Amino acid sequence: MSLLEVAVRSASVLAAFLVLPLLVGQTEHKVMAHMQGRLGPMYAGGFHGWAQLVADGVKFVQKEDITPRAADRWVFRLAPAVALIPYLVALATIPLHPGVAAIDVPGSLVLALAATSVGALGTLMAGWASANKYALLGGLRAAAQLVSYELPIVLAAASIALAGGSLSVATLTDRWSPWWMVWQLPGAIVFIVAACAELQRPPFDMPVADAELVMGAWTEYTGLRFAFFLLAEYAGIVVMSLLVAVLWLGGWHGPFEDTLGWLWTLLKGFAVAVVIIWVRVAWPRLREDQLQRLAWVWLVPLALGQLLLTGAGVVMGW
Amino acid sequence: MSPLPGILKGLATTARTAMRPTHTAEYPDVAPDLPPRSRGVIALLEENCTSCMLCARECPDWCIYIDSHKETVPATTEGGRDRQRNVLDRFAIDFSLCMYCGICIEVCPFDALFWSPQFEYSEVDIRDLIHEKDRIGQWIATVPPPPALDERAAEPGEIAAATKPARGAGLVGGAGAAAEAGAAGPGARMPRTVRPRPAGTGTRPPTPREPLPGTPESVPDDPPPAAGPPADGETR
Repeated sequence: MSLLEVAVRSASVLAAFLVLPLLVGQTEHKVMAHMQGRLGPMYAGGFHGWAQLVADGVKFVQKEDITPRAADRWVFRLAPAVALIPYLVALATIPLHPGVAAIDVPGSLVLALAATSVGALGTLMAGWASANKYALLGGLRAAAQLVSYELPIVLAAASIALAGGSLSVATLTDRWSPWWMVWQLPGAIVFIVAACAELQRPPFDMPVADAELVMGAWTEYTGLRFAFFLLAEYAGIVVMSLLVAVLWLGGWHGPFEDTLGWLWTLLKGFAVAVVIIWVRVAWPRLREDQLQRLAWVWLVPLALGQLLLTGAGVVMGW
Repeated sequence: MSPLPGILKGLATTARTAMRPTHTAEYPDVAPDLPPRSRGVIALLEENCTSCMLCARECPDWCIYIDSHKETVPATTEGGRDRQRNVLDRFAIDFSLCMYCGICIEVCPFDALFWSPQFEYSEVDIRDLIHEKDRIGQWIATVPPPPALDERAAEPGEIAAATKPARGAGLVGGAGAAAEAGAAGPGARMPRTVRPRPAGTGTRPPTPREPLPGTPESVPDDPPPAAGPPADGETR
């Protein structure tokens, strides 16, 4: 791989990383508004407020960058990067088109899941380093949530890896067949629910429950660093949606997949992202004990059952 | 799994709302649809104002300022008397104090004040909220015609006053009004306020067969000829 190719791949991933989360964020603005009988942003940019998130970004850049005096300076300042960059890595592993992925390694599924787990570490660092009781409580809740929901995610992904006989996302998507949408459905549901929880999105936003914890681990952050946390959340939606799209919904499989494969992947991922937004609007926040109960009483057994089913299917040669 | 129906219902409700038109009123771009009798700003019809000061005195927070002077109008007829009339110099309402109670409009006996639904007169400086009479006078162009009455509403005061029978009808006559009834003729009805009183009123006119009170056997068979109609006597 030449240096130029590395540069091109990195630049394209960075471009996707900067555009797709904004697209999802704008979609959330509009979809949520209409689900609540509102219009959402209408002014920024002229046409239906398309530039609202760009304007938000400009606003965040202008704000003062404050580090609390009692904070652990280096950890506090590093936390947004730790939250954001792993999703960049994870995004790079996702194949958009047959043979088109920024990072094509044999174990890309493991790499993607490992990277998304690191991203959650940023929240923990922020909560610990802020020297703020709300931030600390939020960080601890986030840690408890991650411990619980990491497991169903890995189990659900393992079921797909078992079904496809590979740990490479590209190979798994290549071996996908529509039949997977039926017998891997429980795993898909487990993965989407656990992904929402991993991203600390409503209804799993107990770590940032603003009524009781102000903004959780992000309480002390302002300006660009706060914007990075928000960007990490939406980049996380993009990564998780695209993972669901390529693993469970067949990625580029569709009409004219030789030329339009990338479009199918993006459209499927977008559909999953809309579902994640929809869930956020429709449901109230889970209490902390309900949150843990959902993970350990429902999702883990369901994922284990899915793993058992997949294992039986592979051995029987379905 | 008992919460499942509720979860699906939540999804269905939000999806249904997303498919419906939104309720957002895009105010600066689209004029709001105000209800009738909206209280936006107070308009002054200067020609009707007599500087009687009733509005300024009734205003609960004293936000109406009126200055006027008297001018003498020469007599129009030969040998007539010169008249004086009030000329309005200043009529100002401080809308930073006004609480939009509308008492000034209710109390104005000459219909010089009206509600206008216009509300876009916010200012950067609070002192600019004192509207002088030229500005208040401009709002008169925006006063809407009064809306139609609701179904089965009480009829307007003016129409009720014009159609109802004159006050005091039915009270005229009877024993106490025998004399005036005699003066105006039987059955004549006139308002009590303009009741003419002939000389010698205050005491009942003597009748030849006046019975003493408390002697029922001496009640006459026929009433005095000058008494009013029996119907009037019954309504007392």
